[in-house]
Amino acid sequence: MLKNKMALKRIDGRKANELRKITAKVGIIPNADGSAMFSFGNTVAIAAVYGPRMLHPQHMQNPATGILRCNYDLLSFSVHDRKKPGPSRRSQEISKVTEWALLPVLDLKEFPNTVVDVQIYILQADASTRTAGINAASMALAHAGIPMKNLVCSVSIGKLDKDLVIDVNKAEEDFKDGEGATDMAIAKIANSNKFTLMQLDGKVQPEVIPEMLKMANKACEEIYETQEKALKAVLE
Amino acid sequence: MSAMEISNLTKETLAKMFAQGKRFDGRKLLDSRDFKIEYEVSNCAEGSARVRLGKTEVVVGVKMAGDKPYPDSLDKGNLMVSGDFLPMASPRFEAGPPKFNAIELPRLIDRAIRGAEMIELDKLVIKEGEKVWTVFIDVYPINDDGNLVEAASLAAIAALKSAMMPALDKDGNVDYDKKAKDKLPLAKDIAPISITFYKLGDALILDPTREEEEACEAKVTFGISKKGKDYLINSCQKSWEIVFTEEEIAKMMQILPEKFDELTEKLKKFL
Repeated sequence: MLKNKMALKRIDGRKANELRKITAKVGIIPNADGSAMFSFGNTVAIAAVYGPRMLHPQHMQNPATGILRCNYDLLSFSVHDRKKPGPSRRSQEISKVTEWALLPVLDLKEFPNTVVDVQIYILQADASTRTAGINAASMALAHAGIPMKNLVCSVSIGKLDKDLVIDVNKAEEDFKDGEGATDMAIAKIANSNKFTLMQLDGKVQPEVIPEMLKMANKACEEIYETQEKALKAVLE
Repeated sequence: MSAMEISNLTKETLAKMFAQGKRFDGRKLLDSRDFKIEYEVSNCAEGSARVRLGKTEVVVGVKMAGDKPYPDSLDKGNLMVSGDFLPMASPRFEAGPPKFNAIELPRLIDRAIRGAEMIELDKLVIKEGEKVWTVFIDVYPINDDGNLVEAASLAAIAALKSAMMPALDKDGNVDYDKKAKDKLPLAKDIAPISITFYKLGDALILDPTREEEEACEAKVTFGISKKGKDYLINSCQKSWEIVFTEEEIAKMMQILPEKFDELTEKLKKFL
């Protein structure tokens, strides 16, 4: 079956299971209750958290719990062809799956009728933007002091022809040889086998999916360490 | 009455029943309802089909129009899948800008069809670099009794398989007075189906009714196709706020090819 041994070389010289350089910083937006930056190489995401605060419109309020509301988008100049400002079907979908990726670790029961707003923007895009956004948002929520059971870690797993690789960049996303490129965005609760996001496009045999999930484990451990370090740094 | 949220009591009862492998309508957890397909919902469409999956009903139409190619695919036709959740189909659907479900469904259908390369888009060029065909697939639920995505994906396949290329006049515009002769070019024997697993407690179920669907806490949709002997997952999307474990996903990967074959057999009767 598929091995981590690569039949082809990655365009930027990385090993199959090697992330791009990841950096994280917490506390980047003073006005926000919590904020963070996360980058995979050239993909840079920032996130701000406001709340818990009273939810308007009122009819959306839930007396049993606070709710989470995420908004993800690309800045207009974060991609080569200028992105028209304003929400698209793509950004609305990513916002929603980001919400679902983060919700399982949150406990907002203490804050009935409120909302926790998470704003995520991509400053520079080189693929895997939603996963960078989720990593940033997870840190920003912790920074805001929202009750959380754990952090959420997110990474993309690619299949280029027959080879599995971690943390796909734009050049790899456009890979065309052999079986072509498949890209799967994954998020999981840190140090668990519980997946909170799975999104895939391409062509992949069913038996390969569990391997892709396993491959995310090691990458997520690295991401978790980086997130934790950045969160501790802000306390000092 | 029909506009109320599902009650805790119904949800608890369903959770208990699912844990014992039972359902209100007597099906097993992974059993699908029977479906029927009819064609020619509209004779103005290039192709159209109606799917009745239990009480769920979805109509899909294919329209085509000459268009500019996308800058990154000058030598290919365009595919556009949209949908509208009409308020007639459910007391849950409201008029106005599309809610998330109405955005998600066409995107799931789009990715499954695109990923499986069902439509031969490279054969839909009218003048390379200047004019290509855009294939519009429009999905309208008529009655929502659960599992809309699967019903829509079956209807989309049927509508595409029945679609004819519109004729062109000498200026290259669509001429509806001329009779269409050619079928829409499709890859041979490729028919991607979107199958959704739903989860309540530890139970996984397929093809829920609306009531069951509303009780469930997580779902994940897979677009699956078969090329030769190989099954291929072309799209996947997890939705809602409860997690799936590694073991659950592995189990789904075992079930999926079997389910795909079962649905494909039923589908063939109508193609």
